[in-house]
Amino acid sequence: MDFDMTHEQSLIVEQVRRFVREEIVPLEAKLDPDASRLEPEDQARLVSMTRAMGLYGLGIPPEFGGPDIDIVTQTLIAMETSQHRAGLYSPCFGAFGGAGLAQLYEANDDQKDRYLYPVLRGEKRGFFGLTEPSGGSDPARAIRTKAVRDGDDWVITGSKIFISGADVADFGIVFARTDADKGRGGVTCFIIDADTPGFHVRRVVHTLRSGHYGTELQFEGARVPHANVLGEVNRGFAIANDRLTRQRIPYAAGCIGVAIRAQEMSIEYAKQRETFGATLSTRQAIQWMVVDNDIDIRTARWATLAAACKAQRSEPFRAEAAMAKLLASEGASRVVDRAIQIHGGYGVTKDFPLERWYREMRIRRIGEGPSEVQRIVMARELFNQALY
Amino acid sequence: MAGVRLDKPWQDLTAEAVGRLAGELGVYHLGDTEGRMLRIGYAGGRTLFGLRSELAAALARGEAARFRTEVTAQYLSRYEELLMVHVADHGRLPPGNAADGRRRLGRLSPG
Repeated sequence: MDFDMTHEQSLIVEQVRRFVREEIVPLEAKLDPDASRLEPEDQARLVSMTRAMGLYGLGIPPEFGGPDIDIVTQTLIAMETSQHRAGLYSPCFGAFGGAGLAQLYEANDDQKDRYLYPVLRGEKRGFFGLTEPSGGSDPARAIRTKAVRDGDDWVITGSKIFISGADVADFGIVFARTDADKGRGGVTCFIIDADTPGFHVRRVVHTLRSGHYGTELQFEGARVPHANVLGEVNRGFAIANDRLTRQRIPYAAGCIGVAIRAQEMSIEYAKQRETFGATLSTRQAIQWMVVDNDIDIRTARWATLAAACKAQRSEPFRAEAAMAKLLASEGASRVVDRAIQIHGGYGVTKDFPLERWYREMRIRRIGEGPSEVQRIVMARELFNQALY
Repeated sequence: MAGVRLDKPWQDLTAEAVGRLAGELGVYHLGDTEGRMLRIGYAGGRTLFGLRSELAAALARGEAARFRTEVTAQYLSRYEELLMVHVADHGRLPPGNAADGRRRLGRLSPG
C-alpha cells in the first residue's frame, strides 16, 4: 500500500497548511487561550477564503454542494486543520464548514427540505442526541428515553447527556426506544424541533474543556410528528452506528494533527533550550522521547490512512476505523504528554497550547467510543472472520 | 454538582476588596447598590492577575458598586452558562453584556 501523496494532494495539503499558519494562528494570538470561536466578522472572512479555495463544506457530498474531494484527501486535510491551539475540537474554527448532520442525507425529501437544506445554507443548526445518563458506549441497551406512538405523533420522555450544541440548535436528531424488548432493534431516530413543548436544555455540563460544553436534555412528553421519524421505526440503531464508524476517521486525523504540531514544537524547543551547557536535543532522554513521538505519529497516521483508503474503496472499514481511533487518540495523548515534559514548566502554562491539548486529548480517549469499545469492535471482527 | 447560579453574597467593589482577590481565573458578576446585575464577565488566560485584574479595571472605570466572583478553570463555559441563566431568569442579557448578543447564545431551562 502506497501512502505517498499525489501531486494534487500535496498542493491541497500545502495550501491548507499555509492557511492554518498564516490565517488561524495569528488570530489565535489575540484570543483567550481556551477560546473556541472567532468574532463573526473574522469567521465570515475565513469562510470566504475557504470557499475561494474550493474547500468549503468538506464532508458534504458533491450532490449536495460539497467539494468533490475523496476521503483520503479529506483525512489529510483534517490532519492539517487541527494544527493550532483550538484545533482539536474547533479545527480552523469551522472555516472549512462541516458535514452537517450526516444522517440527514438519508432523510426523505420532505425532511431534507425542512432540515438538511437549511443546515447546508447555514440557516439552521442541529444537534446529535444519543448518549444518556445510563451510558453512551452501548447505545443499543443504554437508550432508555422512550417514544410512544399516539395517533400521528410520538411522545418522547427521557433524558440525554453530554450533548453538544443542543442549546443553540434549531432541531436535533434524537434516538429513543420504541420497542422495549428488541435491544438494538427497538431504537428509532427522530428529528425534534428545539421549540417543541416538553423539550428542555436543563444544564451545561462543564468538562476539561473550557471553550466547549455539553448539555443535559430532558424530554417531558415532547410530541414529535410521525413525519419526523428519520429512516424507519426500530431501525435507528443502524443510523447511529454508521455515524459513529464514519466519524472515527476524521476524529483520529484531528488527534494526529495536534500530535504533529506538538512534535514540531518539541524539536524546535529542544534545539534551543540549553541545560548544563548543552541543548536538550543532545540529551539521549530527550532524543528518545522525540523518537517515541515519531513512532506514535507514524503508526497512527498509517492506520488512519489505511482506514480512509478502505472507506474510499467502499469496503468494510469498521475495524480499521476503530484501530485508527484507538491508535491516534492514545498515541497523540502520549505525544502531547512527552511534549510537555520536554518543555518543562512552560509546557503546563497557558503561554503554550500544550496544556490545552493535554486536557482536550484526554477526552479523545473517551469520545466517539472509548478505547475499550474500539477493542471490542476489533475483537468482533477478528473472531467473526479469518485472521488477515 | 455546583449550582448553576452564582448567588454568593455581593461585596462592595473597593480597592481593598479587589486587593484581597487572588490572581485566579474565573467568572464574576458586577452589580449596582441595589444588587441589580450590570455585567457578567470572566477572567481568562490572558489576564495579568486573573480576577484581581478584571475587578481592578472595573473599579477604575467606576463600572459597578458591587461584585461577586467564582474561581474556575472552566471560565468560558461557566461564563456562557451564567449568561444563559440570566436570560432564563430575566428574559434579557445584563446591560453590560449587550455586545454578547452579537453571537448566538444558548437557551437553558434550568428549572
